[in-house]
Amino acid sequence: MRGLRVRAAFLLLVAAALAVTIAACGGGDDDTTTTGASGDTDNRIASNPDNGKVTLTIGSKNFTEEYILGEIYAQGLEAAGYNVKTKLNLGSETIAKKAIEDGEISGYPEYTSTALGSFFSVPADQIPANAEEAYAQAKTELAKDGLVAYPPTPFADSNAVGTLTSTADKLGLTDISDLEGQSEDLVLAGSPECRERIDCLVGLEKNYGLQFKKFTPVDIGLRYTVLDKGDADLSIVFTSDAQLANSDKYVVLEDDKGLIPSGNVIFIASKKVADDAGPDFGDTIEKVQGNLTLPVIQELNARVDIDKDKPADVAHDYLQQSGYIK
Amino acid sequence: MIPLAAKGVLLADAANKCAPGLPADFCQKHEVTGCVGGNGLFCFDWAADNFDRYVGPFFRHLEIVAISVVAGFVIAVALALLSHRHRALAPPILGGTGVLYTIPSVAFFFLLLPITGFGLATAVIPLSAYTLQIIYRNTLVGLANVPPDAKDAGRGMGMSERQLLWRVELPLATPEIIAGLRIATVSTVAIASLAFLAGAGGLGQPLIEQVSFNTNIILVGVLTMAMALVLDLLLVLAQRFVTPWRRVRAG
Amino acid sequence: MIPLASIIDAFVGAFDFILHQREAVTGGVQVGGPEYIWTFARTQLEVSAVALAGALAVALPVGLVLGHIGKGEFFAVGFGNAGRAVPEIAVVFLLASLIGIGLGNVALALGILGLPPILTNTFVAMRQVDRTTVDAAEGMGMRPWEVILRVELPLAAPTIMAGIRTAAINIFATATIASFVGLSTLGDFITNRSVYGDDGVLAGAIVIAVLAGLIELTLAGVQWLVTPRGVKLQRVTRSA
Repeated sequence: MRGLRVRAAFLLLVAAALAVTIAACGGGDDDTTTTGASGDTDNRIASNPDNGKVTLTIGSKNFTEEYILGEIYAQGLEAAGYNVKTKLNLGSETIAKKAIEDGEISGYPEYTSTALGSFFSVPADQIPANAEEAYAQAKTELAKDGLVAYPPTPFADSNAVGTLTSTADKLGLTDISDLEGQSEDLVLAGSPECRERIDCLVGLEKNYGLQFKKFTPVDIGLRYTVLDKGDADLSIVFTSDAQLANSDKYVVLEDDKGLIPSGNVIFIASKKVADDAGPDFGDTIEKVQGNLTLPVIQELNARVDIDKDKPADVAHDYLQQSGYIK
Repeated sequence: MIPLAAKGVLLADAANKCAPGLPADFCQKHEVTGCVGGNGLFCFDWAADNFDRYVGPFFRHLEIVAISVVAGFVIAVALALLSHRHRALAPPILGGTGVLYTIPSVAFFFLLLPITGFGLATAVIPLSAYTLQIIYRNTLVGLANVPPDAKDAGRGMGMSERQLLWRVELPLATPEIIAGLRIATVSTVAIASLAFLAGAGGLGQPLIEQVSFNTNIILVGVLTMAMALVLDLLLVLAQRFVTPWRRVRAG
Repeated sequence: MIPLASIIDAFVGAFDFILHQREAVTGGVQVGGPEYIWTFARTQLEVSAVALAGALAVALPVGLVLGHIGKGEFFAVGFGNAGRAVPEIAVVFLLASLIGIGLGNVALALGILGLPPILTNTFVAMRQVDRTTVDAAEGMGMRPWEVILRVELPLAAPTIMAGIRTAAINIFATATIASFVGLSTLGDFITNRSVYGDDGVLAGAIVIAVLAGLIELTLAGVQWLVTPRGVKLQRVTRSA
């Protein structure tokens, strides 16, 4: 089998050569618009050498806002002196929760509405609209599973029925209820699971009494593309999306019956990991999210979704300009 | 009620001043015209600036392919050697590997998730399974096509069955085996673009991160196919090196 | 190793999902059951059929003609090799981004994936037809299209069918991810564990695997049917 050994060696050699070439060709860092740090120095995260003994793995789900949040927490904790790895690709909240329980990650950012609805089967209309109440309820339930939840971010995000402003003007739509009598002619796009979720299509059908001409399942990355291309008249979007704030092109219909739960982000972690990591863990988490108001997260989303910047760079700039890191 | 951003509030207006609600100096203009903002077919500048984002996933992809193909190769060749001795094993093994091949990759990944977790193993197991049929079949055919004269000559020289296998049969079967290996490798490179569903990363990960951005999709596609092409060429070269007396089979 | 009991449990749950309706994990709506599953399966079969038909309509004639005249080997065979390297998910999303979503567009994306095996196999099969038979037919005064259709094609049919089988399975398997771009296929069950539960995921995988197996068997049967050559040759000589 000499031939095989030679072949293997060949492959390894070329792979190594490829590696060197690609590394050499790799572009430099993209331009980040860093102005002077605006925060005062006592807002800064202090690096605690004791934390260097602790290795954390920060996870996130698989979409832009989660990538940014994951990076913000990860880089913040790194600034506090921890060894931080990231695993920013967890396909769903079920996978994420299991990853914490299996010890694959230390924690990840979750929405209170998702935690209550998915993990604990709280019906959508019983999820508290108040951020603190929702957090308290989630925290209690999660504690039973050995998970700890930290206080919520300033911003909340929720599903929303979005459409082109031109469509809304043409059909006279301001609230979701305005769709009554018209929805039969309209195509709604949403994620594949939206079709069977009570906080999505099922809720719109049952609680608003709406029937749609068709429900088109699409990956959430295409939620605005389907509106642009005319493949759908309405699309399930998120209230913290960049596209909503960046232009007049899209508008969101008001949830006048208050049936779509909104969720602030809470960082969920394994209680054991949190305890082992010491007080800096929770303190840092609460600190770095302090500046995440709705306009700010929309700005960050815009940098990734519209400008196509790297979530890591965007998070870095945010931390820097908020004065949390140098 | 949920506070929504006011309709039409620009994060940065034309004069690049920040909209109310943002800390001073925090906002930047977001172009919706131009190649990147307007999603042009391929934005060379962006690709050049951001090429480093694909390096990690590229090598991860290569890693996934390498492990899967090597594992599949070892298992398939072992099975083929076994079947070469005991002919009766061939139909069930062929059938079994064929059944594995019919399970679509997405199904296979998600089925393994609860068992092997979210990560490399869940991607490698199905990918190896897919390589089994082609490598097994080609190895078996290659061994079966060894001319009887060559084997007789070997026996005449006093070779044992084992020496016959390693010194005569396998070298003569090499072109056929490598043909199968090439097909298996190229297919694995393509299917591994779905490995992100199993949590293993690879070039599919940057794809799913910006799934409507043409430049991104094209880069991922081109890099994947380039990897397949290079690996295929390497195997062709390897075969020429190992069996210089035989022309390389096409396809 | 996973205990046998839990594997059996999992399958029992999946079959229950296939046979009976139940409430979704997230509540409020009934999912599962044969009719429910059939709507998804039918969509997947429909788009696969359309895609395969399109791929056949394009690749078959090209392969037959090129194979008959013996030109374009590099293209036909190279196309097949390159086709194996194409990452389907990239094609699907690129077309969705450029053209849009929906049955036609998804069928187009899938059809593109079906082209290479059909083209390559048709070309190679045609080249492998015994030249003397072709010469004899041409000597009898048959025109090129007659030679292709009545002499070469029947002899090449088995290998062509093998290519069609490969294309069909590739297309059907890739149609699983069509639910990311506007079509509700069986992939829905697999990728949405939070709604359908573990039972739904396994049920989706089982149904897909079974259907794929059925397609494979059916086309293998067709391939076997087109294999006997004696009958075709007799027809040719009689009509001369």
